[in-house]
Amino acid sequence: MENFFTLTGVAIFALMLPILYRIIVGPTAIDRIVAVNMIGTKTMVLLIIIGMLFKRVDMFVDFALTYALLNFIGSLAAARFFDRVNPEKQIAKLETKEQES
Amino acid sequence: MINEIICIVMVLSGLLFFVGGAIGIIRFPDFYTRMHAAGKGDTMSVFLILMGMAIYQLNDFSLANLLVAGKIFFITIFIMWAGPTSTHALIKAGIDEGQKVWTRKDEKGDPEA
Amino acid sequence: MYRLSIFLLLFGIWIVFSGQFDGFHLTLGVLSAAFITAISSSFLFVDRSKGFGDRLREIVLLPGFLLWMLYQILLSNIHILKLAFSSGDIPEVQPSLVRIKTNLRTDFGKWMLANSITLTPGTITISIEGDELLIHSISKATTEGVMDDSMERKIARIFEPESK
Repeated sequence: MENFFTLTGVAIFALMLPILYRIIVGPTAIDRIVAVNMIGTKTMVLLIIIGMLFKRVDMFVDFALTYALLNFIGSLAAARFFDRVNPEKQIAKLETKEQES
Repeated sequence: MINEIICIVMVLSGLLFFVGGAIGIIRFPDFYTRMHAAGKGDTMSVFLILMGMAIYQLNDFSLANLLVAGKIFFITIFIMWAGPTSTHALIKAGIDEGQKVWTRKDEKGDPEA
Repeated sequence: MYRLSIFLLLFGIWIVFSGQFDGFHLTLGVLSAAFITAISSSFLFVDRSKGFGDRLREIVLLPGFLLWMLYQILLSNIHILKLAFSSGDIPEVQPSLVRIKTNLRTDFGKWMLANSITLTPGTITISIEGDELLIHSISKATTEGVMDDSMERKIARIFEPESK
């Protein structure tokens, strides 16, 4: 069972690499924010797996909870940062562009 | 023993959904479709993996293990509630920033843009 | 009545998170739960005009809805998985913006509908403006799926039975 958890942790770490590609290449800033949010979720799962390996889940589960809260608040704050342009105007512009094409 | 089998099956299927999200975020053409992969691929896989861990934790039953399983359950509930909310916030930010909606019709348009 | 139930909820969360059952920690828990109930109990259960019977019906009907929701999340993940592994330049992806009207009146009902639409296959709610929802849909089939109002009727049956 230990080996299984180790392999799961390695697999989750390997799954972070494609998302890292999106962070490096990602054409706009908000793509990068989404990718960072996804990596944060995976890190939270990884923390619980590390706790399983060290047999101290009671301690690591608190870290994971804090990490999940910080990840959520961080993505909300980053989204708030982009909330400067007039929303109604932008949505109207997008829809007219779509009808024309 | 039965707990370990359930745990292994749940963790493996969660990893499969993680793979789907990770491949989706590379291959999908624009920001909004990537948001689909990011927002949905994570919710179910986190639910499956953490629930598998909680079931494995309940293998030798005691009060401390029950409390740990309860905390893992709280994290799962939080993720399932926070995932859609941050998805709304980020996709609203994308609209406000003026991201273009990629459509099938304009073949000339750069799919990465 | 509402204050008491919020207090019990917070105290239960305290017990699960602290994991200590001696007198000192329980006293701290009672004090902090009472403090939070005193300063911010109006954030939870905003609509206080509902009677006891309405709340009871919500409690009885909500687990079934959540199980149905879990099944929908599973379906949407399989949908994403299928799209991610399809070959070529993913011909199923034909994104479009859709506007739908809703008959739900309360903010909580609209929030529930928006989250449910986000978690069902292929659709994401972008914003709620009055009684209209702006939705990004990933393909033709999911656009048709979001047009029928079966999910809205499910939510209305739980939270607003008089409005249908």
